[in-house]
Amino acid sequence: MSAALDREWTRFTPAERMARFAVYLACVVAIVWSIRTIEIIPEFLYDAPEQMADLLTRMWPPDVEYYPTDIHSALVETLHIATLGTILTLVAAVPLGVLAARNIVPWWPVNSAAQLLLVASRSVNSLVWALLFVAVFGPGALAGTMAIAARSIGFVGKLLAEALEETHNGPIEALRAAGAPWGAILLKGYWPQVQPAFWGIALFRWDINVRESAILGLVGAGGIGVALDDAINYFYWDRVAMVLVTVFAVVVIAEILVTQIRKRII
Amino acid sequence: MAFAGLAVYALYAASTLDITWARLLVGLDEGSKFLGRMVPPNFQRWELLVEGMVESIQIAVLASAVGLVLSLPVGLLAARNLMPAWVSGPARLFVALCRSLHPVIVAILFVKAIGFGAMAGVMALVVASVGFVSKLFAEAIEEISLKQVEAVRATGAPFFSVLFYGVLPQVLSRFVGFAVYQLDSNLRNSTMVGIVGAGGIGGTLFAAFKRFDYDFVAAILIAIVALIFVSELISGRVRKAFQ
Repeated sequence: MSAALDREWTRFTPAERMARFAVYLACVVAIVWSIRTIEIIPEFLYDAPEQMADLLTRMWPPDVEYYPTDIHSALVETLHIATLGTILTLVAAVPLGVLAARNIVPWWPVNSAAQLLLVASRSVNSLVWALLFVAVFGPGALAGTMAIAARSIGFVGKLLAEALEETHNGPIEALRAAGAPWGAILLKGYWPQVQPAFWGIALFRWDINVRESAILGLVGAGGIGVALDDAINYFYWDRVAMVLVTVFAVVVIAEILVTQIRKRII
Repeated sequence: MAFAGLAVYALYAASTLDITWARLLVGLDEGSKFLGRMVPPNFQRWELLVEGMVESIQIAVLASAVGLVLSLPVGLLAARNLMPAWVSGPARLFVALCRSLHPVIVAILFVKAIGFGAMAGVMALVVASVGFVSKLFAEAIEEISLKQVEAVRATGAPFFSVLFYGVLPQVLSRFVGFAVYQLDSNLRNSTMVGIVGAGGIGGTLFAAFKRFDYDFVAAILIAIVALIFVSELISGRVRKAFQ
């Protein structure tokens, strides 16, 4: 009796405290190790403020006349790359997402294979995908579109599979009891339940793709990045500034657009 | 209806971007040649590979550490329920600015300003981290329960005590979640900033690509995917430890 009363209460178990301590220790060790061994060239740092000021003065004022001649067409190309890439993604991610959902395909080898494809697609950055596709299709918007699609499939497929796994079983069982074929179960049982999530995911990814497609041109995969790369290589910093202003404006507009559409459909 | 619209748009966009079946078929042919040259992956120059990977990890660790420390005050300033509008407005604008440009573009600017090397990569990822974590942190603060804040304030506590005893305990566990996520995301991006000369494995990757050493490219890609896979495992464990 008294033993129970005397027991000292702590918020965490010793194992939990040890785990937290290990994480803190690992953080400190990692930071100290990084600071001590990272290669920094001090000579470059001495004149950093001057270089920064120099960069800003060269960027100001942005070269507005560059917009109609070069930026505008590149910008339209970027938007096409982002949108077409997202559409391709949806086409490929829906079957993969269905195969990865454990409640729809109750056979784990198929689930794991689909998951593996999704993870592989996600863990390679879109810039690397772009490099690969430039080597395959040659420079241009085709490589950019494929890169955007390849990177997004993993993202959309994963979220879609999660949405599918969270659906209620009631409508599905009712359809099955009525003798509906599997196509009808997918279309009338699962689709209405995941539809809002599906459009939400698609919009979210489109927003990200607009940002990402702006840099694909750095490796030759088309879009506004090509204009940026050209301007940087020729040291036309006022043109660089104009491209950056354009990218900024487009990203902000895309975000506002996506929030507005989300409010309407969800 | 929506699908029909998307299909029509896809055809239109494909025609303006000059995407045709002929090009796709040629591409498939090239792709098989390309894959053929990537197999087997060549790990002979593993020293170069390890050096680049280590630098990428260092960039990610430092950028996350600095970025997280900076996003604490920035996130507080951007929270609309704690700060007056004339403080939170500019802070929110600053956060939006940090977030809107892709880390690779920011890296280009820093490479110009402070020269080639890992430092530029760290700075670029710090900007990205501040943009992302401060936004989520500010949103988390805006969702807290104000009762505890009021209780602390009612005792006559000064501003910083209100912060430390009323606000931070409510949001710190979520902050850990953001921190782990951001470290993951920085690791991914730190393998990329090298393409524009900001240090890490990306530079090695890009150089191997330009020299058509596709078997070495394959080796680097395998290493990057493995690194990200391991980091996802670790971050899952860390999340569990702080649940």
